[in-house]
Amino acid sequence: MTLNQLTAHEVVNLIKKRKITACEVMQDIFNQIDKVDDLIKAFLIINREEALRQAKEIDAKVKNGEELPPLAGVAVAIKDIIVTRGTETTCGSKILRGFIPPYNATVINRLKEAGAIIIGKTNMDEFAMGSSTENSAFGPTHNPWDLERVPGGSSGGSTAAVAADEAFISLGTDTGGSIRQPASLCGMVGLKPTYGRVSRYGLVAYASSLDQIGPITKDVTDCALVMNVISGHDNMDSTSVNLEVPDYLKSCKAGIKDLKIGVPKEYFIEGIDLEVKSALDRALKIFEKLGAKIEELSLPHTEYSLPTYYLIATAEASSNLARYDGVQYGYRAEEYKDLSSMYQKTRSEGFGSEVKRRIMLGTYALSSGYYDAYYLKAQKVRTLIKEDFDKVFSKYDILVTPTSPTPAFKLKEKVSDPLTMYLSDIYTIPINLAGIPAISINCGYSKNNLPIGLQIIGKHFSEETILRAAFNFEQNNDIERKKPSIKPAKHKEATE
Amino acid sequence: MTEKIISKKEVEYVAKLAKLKFNEEEKGEFTSQLNSILDYFKKLNELDTEKVEPTAYVISIPNLLNEDKVKPSFPQEEVLSNGKYVKKGYFKVPKIM
Repeated sequence: MTLNQLTAHEVVNLIKKRKITACEVMQDIFNQIDKVDDLIKAFLIINREEALRQAKEIDAKVKNGEELPPLAGVAVAIKDIIVTRGTETTCGSKILRGFIPPYNATVINRLKEAGAIIIGKTNMDEFAMGSSTENSAFGPTHNPWDLERVPGGSSGGSTAAVAADEAFISLGTDTGGSIRQPASLCGMVGLKPTYGRVSRYGLVAYASSLDQIGPITKDVTDCALVMNVISGHDNMDSTSVNLEVPDYLKSCKAGIKDLKIGVPKEYFIEGIDLEVKSALDRALKIFEKLGAKIEELSLPHTEYSLPTYYLIATAEASSNLARYDGVQYGYRAEEYKDLSSMYQKTRSEGFGSEVKRRIMLGTYALSSGYYDAYYLKAQKVRTLIKEDFDKVFSKYDILVTPTSPTPAFKLKEKVSDPLTMYLSDIYTIPINLAGIPAISINCGYSKNNLPIGLQIIGKHFSEETILRAAFNFEQNNDIERKKPSIKPAKHKEATE
Repeated sequence: MTEKIISKKEVEYVAKLAKLKFNEEEKGEFTSQLNSILDYFKKLNELDTEKVEPTAYVISIPNLLNEDKVKPSFPQEEVLSNGKYVKKGYFKVPKIM
């Protein structure tokens, strides 16, 4: 066993006890990256020298007997949509290639203050638009469990990096499921916090009323540990909420006898994979055994979530992405005759096709004559979807659902049909529309040895409760946790 | 067959608004894809929302305004450092007309 296979909390404890050094940890992390990232392609940029320098600093602190911060020596991978001072930030897009941000996102500063070491930036669907990481301008990321399959998206690089033991934890962003769906497809823990819980300052905007930053980790304890560090109010983000942050690490360890769990029947309809369904049924029995009460309930507007999401998200995106014009940063077309053609050529050459499709949809939905029929209508249905959740949360503490209707699908399987791809987020999208928190954790494996995830949903600012439910499930799940054996496709064919 | 909601001409108009340019093939592809997506969106018309208030933001918090105080900002050099065409402290763009 190498040190990179440990969890973040194990690594911090061992460094504190002087059993291992931060430099040894970093060595194993970079050895693993050198070994597997040519196959996985999780990273866009790696900060090797800077990471090793910071590891030495941590080791010096240990030597001097200084108190260590909560994430001392923990190697972190960052989705390339979160700005990092002095390190290129591309959002997986050609249009931002070469952009060196002059500042850090608030979450980056908080991680650094907590002793975490940022080892690199990870691949993603361009501007977080996608569910497979195939929309990256820099090529797809591969799922460590089966290299011919997608890791999910849009935080596919961040999730694959943790699943392949190339990083202990990572940050992703979730606008319609982009943390939870890849966490499910790669067997990791992924949390989308309540809207406003974590500062979005320095997060490149996709759909501002839905975007949230959150952690991707190997277990629930690490998730709580990261949430303790990144949560809380920030003056630089006017949508960040000024509420006290509880100690998630402490609160997740209480029991769940008091919990009333609701299971929305609309999440178990046609299209759900049978193995996913039976994994969920088994998981619910574990919650029951732990003393929680389980009842079926209805969220009647679930089926309207997808069109509502795609109208709101694309409308906001068309406005947010108007800033990419080739003037202040990033790509500019080589040839043009005037300002207008410079804008057009820069944007047409710089954006990939899914981004253009969403800008077109959003521009159309906001254009004169269509605003009421599309955007306003979607905002009204959003109210109905949110009210569905408000109603059930007056009776239930958490909801348990599948995270994704299927385990990881094959690369190229869904790229040609945008609507089919959109359906892979059907269980995660309503949560962003309501602004509530949800976590995805592993609950088993398919016959093909692909991870299956379950989603725990809570009311606004109830991260404590969903982490507690997740922790209790994790500790009592009788299926042994596995690690992927990363095998190149050719080798696999030879053994079959 | 899905009903045609958006025509190729409208796609050209929306592209102009969005400052995007497409060749003929792309225009055709976008027209058919946007039509099938918009057709799917028609599902929302099943719902009567006349008396429903729209939701823009899910968390109701008052406007949080920072104090109106001068604070240090980024040096001009750093702000301009990502521009490909910069001259005398300005971003340079081609002629407008």
